[in-house]
Amino acid sequence: MPLVKNGAPAADVYVRVADGDALPDAPVIVSADRLLAEAHALAARGGALGVAWPNDRDVAELVPHLPQLSLVALVFPKFRDGRAFSQARLLRERYGYTGELRATGNVLRDQLLMMVRSGFDALEVEKPADAAAFGKALASYSVFYQPTGDGRRPVAALRRARVAAEAAS
Amino acid sequence: MTSPLQRKLKISGPTVITANRLADGAVVWLANDGRWAETLTRANVVTTSEEALRLLDIAHGDEREAVGAYPAAVALAKDGTPQPATLREKIRSSGPTIAFQATA
Amino acid sequence: MYIHDEFDRTFLKERVAEFRDQVARRLSGELTEEEFKMLRLMNGVYLQLHAYMLRVCIPYGTLASKQLRALARVARRYDKGYGHFTTRQNIQFNWIKLAELPDAMAELAEVGIHGIQTSGNCIRNTTTDAFAGAAPDEIEDPRLYAEVIRQWSTLHPEFTYLPRKFKIAISAATHDRAAIRVHDVGLRLHKKDGRTGFEVMVGGGLGRTPYIGQTIREFLPKEDLLTYLEAILRTYNLGGRRDNIYKARIKILVHDLGAEAFGKLVEEEWAKIKDGALKLDEAGLAAIRAHFHTPDLPALPEKPAVLADALKDPAFARWHAQSVTAHKVPGHAIVTLSLKPVGGPPGDCTADQMDAIADLADAYSHGEVRVAHEQNLVFPHVRQQDLPALWGKLEALGVATPNVGLVTDIISCPGLDYCALANTRSIPIAQQITERFADPERIADIGLLHVNISGCINACGHHHVGHIGILGVEKKDQEFFQITLGGKGNAKARLGELIGPAIPETEVVDVVERLVDTYLSLRTGPGETFIAAVERLGVEPFKDSAYAPR
Repeated sequence: MPLVKNGAPAADVYVRVADGDALPDAPVIVSADRLLAEAHALAARGGALGVAWPNDRDVAELVPHLPQLSLVALVFPKFRDGRAFSQARLLRERYGYTGELRATGNVLRDQLLMMVRSGFDALEVEKPADAAAFGKALASYSVFYQPTGDGRRPVAALRRARVAAEAAS
Repeated sequence: MTSPLQRKLKISGPTVITANRLADGAVVWLANDGRWAETLTRANVVTTSEEALRLLDIAHGDEREAVGAYPAAVALAKDGTPQPATLREKIRSSGPTIAFQATA
Repeated sequence: MYIHDEFDRTFLKERVAEFRDQVARRLSGELTEEEFKMLRLMNGVYLQLHAYMLRVCIPYGTLASKQLRALARVARRYDKGYGHFTTRQNIQFNWIKLAELPDAMAELAEVGIHGIQTSGNCIRNTTTDAFAGAAPDEIEDPRLYAEVIRQWSTLHPEFTYLPRKFKIAISAATHDRAAIRVHDVGLRLHKKDGRTGFEVMVGGGLGRTPYIGQTIREFLPKEDLLTYLEAILRTYNLGGRRDNIYKARIKILVHDLGAEAFGKLVEEEWAKIKDGALKLDEAGLAAIRAHFHTPDLPALPEKPAVLADALKDPAFARWHAQSVTAHKVPGHAIVTLSLKPVGGPPGDCTADQMDAIADLADAYSHGEVRVAHEQNLVFPHVRQQDLPALWGKLEALGVATPNVGLVTDIISCPGLDYCALANTRSIPIAQQITERFADPERIADIGLLHVNISGCINACGHHHVGHIGILGVEKKDQEFFQITLGGKGNAKARLGELIGPAIPETEVVDVVERLVDTYLSLRTGPGETFIAAVERLGVEPFKDSAYAPR
């Protein structure tokens, strides 16, 4: 599955490790259960640690572990299931998570921009053609109505700035 | 997709496969030549569940031309031409039962 | 009305371009039907029985005359010359081709209208009072807040793939003309200690599991509107059921948790975001308010001579009594155009009518037309002195049937004649009722009576809240109808009560007539409306007479 990271194709250096399997000497992604059960051992191991967090579990539970995590993978089991959009915004905007936030599952071209706006910076895109069209998908819109943590300036702020500029001139 | 063997489709009489054409939404029926026809009279009428399933597989495999394919019961006229068997299918094949107001 | 600026225009162009690309990818096979369906729905495109249907959003029901003309053009060029106005202040075209939809949308975008979020599991078009900005009983024009919500909810990155659709309605008047208690969120603007804010109701809705919305906050300061909505939506997006489409609406979550517990979750979430970037301030509201063009109406004499004279004509007086409502500015009036002619499909309007209505709006209503929840059109700003002349022109167009609010002002879904989900037809039932009750004097004597018809349990005709509700059910390919009595859609919303077994299609109009006759024989006088009589007497006497001759 092609990985797009910060807007460019990227190699996936992480290995997904099943519960109970030994940890390889490489960046790993473990399950939520394993992370919570083996938190100390995983932290002591050093090296890059990621977690695959299900979309029906409160991300608040992750907060104590965020300093140890270099990757959080959220899941869209079907593209129609939008719970991870909320989880992503909470991790970024409320809990201040700054590591890799990866969208996984049924990740399709027509949802990419919303994922990025919600805070994802890495996307496991299901179809290669969609990954190739990443730039185009992100450029579909230049106008945004809501403030989110992605830094794009919403229309209201742009209007206000324009009014201020007009007043100043 | 589930394999035909695992699926069950019970039909109790003459049946056709119908769908809507992708590009314009028009009602279409699967004809003998495996293509989509615009009239019910040209539809391929089958009478066994196996045949209906086979046609449905053909229909579902062809999402480019038509969408939402499903089996619909038909009644046969004396000369064997299929007629819609339910009110819904009657409306699909001959249009709304009410007169249009429109002048256009 | 709201005047789009360059940001709104750019956005709409980008949206059309995106949809054009999606259609091309679907036609080329790059997108599967499953993937494409969600995308087209979010642009208002359904696949119905005979063709694609385009649902076009009319934000808070306000249309400029040039927008109505654009709808007429689309009806002619891409459809069969007519459109259908819905209970959610939208218009639907029934015969559009997928391949031509991007062009139709581009034409609509030129005048600032679109089908965005008129379907799909997202925040839908926010509806409000069709009399907004003109009604004497409102405390403020609610469209300002509807527009604030429109902007916030448009392509919201977090709330576009919700468990299910999400509908918001706002009322700012004493009299609720927006059915706010039967929406996922209902907002009632009111004043408390000199401040303006909202009563917030959640979990209302009809469909197969009808609920009346429950208040989770009596007073929400207006600055907090969006932060609070964001808290509600986040709670729903994360907590709403996704395992069963019939249990995915917020009303089920509210019902399962209890309104109080749900409200507590919302308040907890809200506490964390209430002072965030979405908090409104006076400057922000003023900036949006500045986009609204409101006609400056001079006070004129009430009931001018020309009107007093015209009222001597019984036909004009009948129309005036039903279609003309008081305006907040003296000497003006709000005029409702009935889209319920005898024998016609409720809410349908031809392209020629649309063009003519647009011309009349320019001449008589400052170029403004409203779409009412009851599937009628409204001229919000008419001078009383113009009413007699306007009446003649509306009569000629067939939109002056004097039946607004009466038994033949029927709310009806399109039913099985068009809809892929319907079990039975509903338009023919409406036609029969309008024909049976064609006599204007008789229906005026019967008085206020809401009849609502739905062709299936999804309840698009809002049968649950009709004074007489009619629900189609199919039995062995025959059309049957259940009758409910005593429903109400206003501030005191209540669901109707089923009066007995379903009746065949051929008997519906007779049963309706017997219910009406029973009311006439039992009412205390013309001052007691049908619904008041049902509330006083209960459904029993009506039940007996409805079924008696069988």
